[in-house]
Amino acid sequence: MSDLLQVTTVSKHFGGIKALTDVSFTVRKGEIFGVIGPNGAGKTTLFNALTGLYQPDTGAIDLAGVSLYRRKPHEILKAGFARTFQNIRLFHNMTAQENVMVGRHTRTTSGVLAALLHTQHNRREERDCAAFAQQLLDRVGIGQHTHTLAKNLSYGDQRRLEIARALASEPKLLALDEPAAGMNPNEKNALRDLMVSLREEGLTLMLIEHDVKLVMGICDRLVVLDYGEKIAEGTPDIVRHDPKVIAAYLGGEVAA
Amino acid sequence: MNVLEILRGKAWLTAGLLLVGLILLPFLVEASLGKSWLRIIDFALLYIMLALGLNIVVGYAGLLDLGYVAFYAVGAYCWALLASPHFGLNLPFWVILPVGAAVAALFGVLLGTPTLRLRGDYLAIVTLGFGEIIRIFINNLNAPVNITNGPQGITSIEPISIGGFSLGKTQEVLGLTLSSPHLYYYLFLLCVALVVFVCMRLENSRIGRAWVAIREDEMAAAAAGINTRNIKLLAFAMGATFGGLSGGLFASFQGFVSPESFNLMESIMILSMIVLGGMGNIVGVIVGAILVTVIPEALRYTGDLQQAVFGKVFVDPADLRMLLFGMALVLMMLLRPSGLLPSKQRRQELAEDAA
Repeated sequence: MSDLLQVTTVSKHFGGIKALTDVSFTVRKGEIFGVIGPNGAGKTTLFNALTGLYQPDTGAIDLAGVSLYRRKPHEILKAGFARTFQNIRLFHNMTAQENVMVGRHTRTTSGVLAALLHTQHNRREERDCAAFAQQLLDRVGIGQHTHTLAKNLSYGDQRRLEIARALASEPKLLALDEPAAGMNPNEKNALRDLMVSLREEGLTLMLIEHDVKLVMGICDRLVVLDYGEKIAEGTPDIVRHDPKVIAAYLGGEVAA
Repeated sequence: MNVLEILRGKAWLTAGLLLVGLILLPFLVEASLGKSWLRIIDFALLYIMLALGLNIVVGYAGLLDLGYVAFYAVGAYCWALLASPHFGLNLPFWVILPVGAAVAALFGVLLGTPTLRLRGDYLAIVTLGFGEIIRIFINNLNAPVNITNGPQGITSIEPISIGGFSLGKTQEVLGLTLSSPHLYYYLFLLCVALVVFVCMRLENSRIGRAWVAIREDEMAAAAAGINTRNIKLLAFAMGATFGGLSGGLFASFQGFVSPESFNLMESIMILSMIVLGGMGNIVGVIVGAILVTVIPEALRYTGDLQQAVFGKVFVDPADLRMLLFGMALVLMMLLRPSGLLPSKQRRQELAEDAA
């Protein structure tokens, strides 16, 4: 498998707090790559630094040969790196379909003039965009909620809608920040099936998750962060038996 | 209700009746209430354009702009300078209107650029300052070179003349005698129709969705691939364009502009129209603009009423206007926080709650 994302010595500090220190790892094409670590280890900071919501202080980030270092979030999305948020961030007063259509912003082109004149290109684009959004809603299993406002969806459905919105940009790499948080076992199973089937379609996934069973079961490889530093990287088996990881995080669970 | 039911599903009939009504309205108003009310109706149309322009910035993109009147001023002064004896220029309207709108759009971008990182209260304060800066500039730009004629303002502004047909004086059209406000009414109506059309088309477009996404959650919008800088600047520019357009029309209609027409109170009134009517909803904003323009004028009659009933005027109608207006806003926030006619999302939400 070839490398898709290369992260090299990325650091980020907030004042005197070192949130990330020289974090390096590689995500290979077609794998599900986990990012784990205790609370406050810097997992979400890492996602934010990778997707342009924070500006990293140093380092290099390359997605399929394109540098994403210190690029704007919309440029990073356009390059093929989409994400979801730990605390769901949907456009609450827009319908499910509109949310997904916004996610397709970078893959559509109609501007003000096209919208005013209703050019043929604009009409076709709107139609295709709406149809594509519907496909994605069906794909994540909320196809019946096309015209429901995002805020009126159930918690699990909101998480799915966020994934659909991220998929709308047709990413190469999708980063999910605790997608299973707050889900019941049924919803978690559905989510796991969705992730596996997305991978089968050729998508590469990154995953921050606290549910150790889910992470160990689904991820091909993992990176473990603690206090903003990488302490381990490898397959679940290797990580599980790494003494540093056991000390920092898994401790009781592995011993048991 | 019966009439509404008959009209439902017959869009062309509704539109036709509305059009006939709007064409006949000035005849009725002029015959029953007089020419001064016709002027008030004309102003209402100008304010509809302003409110719809501000609605793009505040209602769609969620950027609280308290200095919107600055763009109105820019448009008005563009017209005043290009079609008055002040510089001895008299360019045709089809040159000035686009120039005025474009200059206003430029000012929109000028205001937008430094405020891109600001939100909510902070943005409101900076835009408020911007509005005041423009007004004070205009007020003082009579020395060392006299550009704006300072506080005296610019007088004898040319009325709009379309192919030699001046809207500034009474004209005979098809055997009907139409006064100047009557002629302007039709021009303004046409412009309002244009602005409404633009707003409707934008609302349901890729750009409109991007604006709403930024209003809902700017960080998520950026992560969803929206170039938030450009899309926000576009909202400022579009809003300012409409402000500049109505400013130009205002200058030609009034024949006189001075800095005091463009004070903070104006910005707040325009914002109130949106809030009262229903932020983000075109029909709501139109209703809000009409109410906020017409009601204070109607309240002027309370002075005469007090005189007739009590023999003296207890409360100055101007004070009463502010009092009632304030009360209306407070009541509105308590009873209908999303305005008289909420936007479609809000309506849908209410329907879902009921179901």
